[in-house]
Amino acid sequence: MSQTQPIAPPSQPTKPIPTVDERLRKTSLLTEAMRRPELGALAGLALVIIFFLFTANSSMFTLSGAMTILAPASQLGILAIAAALLMIGGEFDLSIGSMIAFAGLVFAAFLVDAHWPLSLAIVATLAFACVVGAINGQLVIQTRLPSFIVTLAFLFILRGLTLVGLKFATGGSTQLRGVDEVVQDGLVKSLFSGVAFQGFFSWLASQNLVEKFDNGLPKVSGVPVSIIWFIGFAIVATWILLRTRIGNWIYAAGGDANAARNSGVPVNRVKTGLFMLTASAAALVAILTVLDAGSTDARRGVQKEFEAIIAAVIGGCLLTGGYGSAIGAFVGAIIFGVVSIGLTYTTFDSDWFQVFLGAMLLIAVLFNNYIRRKVTGER
Amino acid sequence: MSDTQGNERPPIIDVRNIVKHFGPVIALSGVSLSVRGGEVHCLLGDNGAGKSTLIKTLAGVHRPTSGQYLVDGDPVSFSSPRAALDAGIATVYQDLAMIPLMSITRNFFMGREPLVGIAPFRRIDFQSAHEVTREEMRRIGIDVRDPHQAVGTLSGGERQCVAIARAVYFGAKVLILDEPTSALGVAQTSMVLKYIHLVRQNGLGVIFITHNVRHAYAAGDRFTVLNRGKTLGTYAKAEIPMDDLQNLMAGGKELQQLSGELGGTI
Repeated sequence: MSQTQPIAPPSQPTKPIPTVDERLRKTSLLTEAMRRPELGALAGLALVIIFFLFTANSSMFTLSGAMTILAPASQLGILAIAAALLMIGGEFDLSIGSMIAFAGLVFAAFLVDAHWPLSLAIVATLAFACVVGAINGQLVIQTRLPSFIVTLAFLFILRGLTLVGLKFATGGSTQLRGVDEVVQDGLVKSLFSGVAFQGFFSWLASQNLVEKFDNGLPKVSGVPVSIIWFIGFAIVATWILLRTRIGNWIYAAGGDANAARNSGVPVNRVKTGLFMLTASAAALVAILTVLDAGSTDARRGVQKEFEAIIAAVIGGCLLTGGYGSAIGAFVGAIIFGVVSIGLTYTTFDSDWFQVFLGAMLLIAVLFNNYIRRKVTGER
Repeated sequence: MSDTQGNERPPIIDVRNIVKHFGPVIALSGVSLSVRGGEVHCLLGDNGAGKSTLIKTLAGVHRPTSGQYLVDGDPVSFSSPRAALDAGIATVYQDLAMIPLMSITRNFFMGREPLVGIAPFRRIDFQSAHEVTREEMRRIGIDVRDPHQAVGTLSGGERQCVAIARAVYFGAKVLILDEPTSALGVAQTSMVLKYIHLVRQNGLGVIFITHNVRHAYAAGDRFTVLNRGKTLGTYAKAEIPMDDLQNLMAGGKELQQLSGELGGTI
């Protein structure tokens, strides 16, 4: 970075600038909060929690209730955070739902048919997902087609390949079983399946701090690892977006790819990397679910691409790119979990979930547009 | 066709007989132009005169079909806009410079973020970035309460000034300004013109593309008029009155007549 002499107007002598501008106080806390993309999602979460406080069975608000909600929310959340980063970068990936099924097939085949050790199968599955993501990204960049169309094609291609591949591997079935039998217990397995902090929860139970069964075991034996992955991914993604150069490039690529290119941002590399990230997130979810269930199924991940995009939008991502947050997608996924699971704690028919989903999406989009106008001063 | 007298500095950019063809289309057929440090060289021409092709050639977007392109006396051939930027030739495009949804600081350092920390935890040094941004904005005279605020909240003139300040801060020797005033109101135009003047005083060369003769005359030292891919001539400010410049650009007497009928408002 080369810097030349600064430009100073001759009439104005320069005086030292205090590091904290005293005029900053004029910005009210509300304006400051409005600038955060996740504000709407947090407000939405507060609303749905209040709703269920009044309508749901009180067992929803226990530790085991929270785990029941967070377990599905965490899998969706891993996808939603990756989808949010890609949306901020200005693209969509509709193939992630099918990618879950396809990566699940590849992973299970590595384990059951190729008899690979678990660690190698995981690395190979993630590498494989990166290749698929890179193909998606390169197709979008080279053809300049909308990513919507390119990844819609892959939604069908990957789903079809999964069905064909599963039938080929199993001789006609759309399920591949037997993962449990070939996977050895160990550190690698405990990172991707089961629950964490079991000792801590037993201790809590022994101290009578959490609910326990009559035999003294805690009702919640630990935190499912998918929740840990979800929280960890949200933290890392937020840090990358807000604090690193890559994060700045993601915002720039989605905000205005041409302006970013003119300033020397490697837009194509950033976008390809983001497609690789969404595919890898789908593969991670596939690994988690296959190890949990002990099998893979061709129907895994159906409609997950839409749920992930909806969670990202509820979290404050603009459909046009350049704006949004990973924390927002994190909260969006939790809202999803609270409502889908929460309805089963109420007397409402749980099919109201879809109605709620559409309404929430509509409100979020309107709210996001309003916020964007506020932020940019558009009229 | 003559050069300014009394300016002894060698030109930073010197292009001679630049020709650019796009297939059968001859966009430029032998254009020559030079700009020295501390000089504002206005490039005038109506739509389709070849201004855009010329600046894109200078900026490294296009490669000339033939002709010489010298920077500091050495022939160059830029493979990309980035290469031109590294050689100190910065182009500020009218509406492709800033990203409205991003903060002023993020825009200012886009593509050249200052980093701190070691490898896996390397991050943008926002403290110094904010300080530099605030300081540079203060020099231009933009009241930035908070460098976190989105560029979209700035006016068009302020955005142009931020884009220029960014190019200057990162070591540009020559600024190519693509119609920086064409979308602006009067007060904002004067703000940008004032800033261009300031940049010149600091020894940078400026190529100022416009089709507004008044703006050109207010800011420029020399004027080159393009028409149909050819240079109609380069004039020092002392050599040509504004009306003649206008006529040269319009390429005929008709406009002068029309301008007279409209009370000199064109």
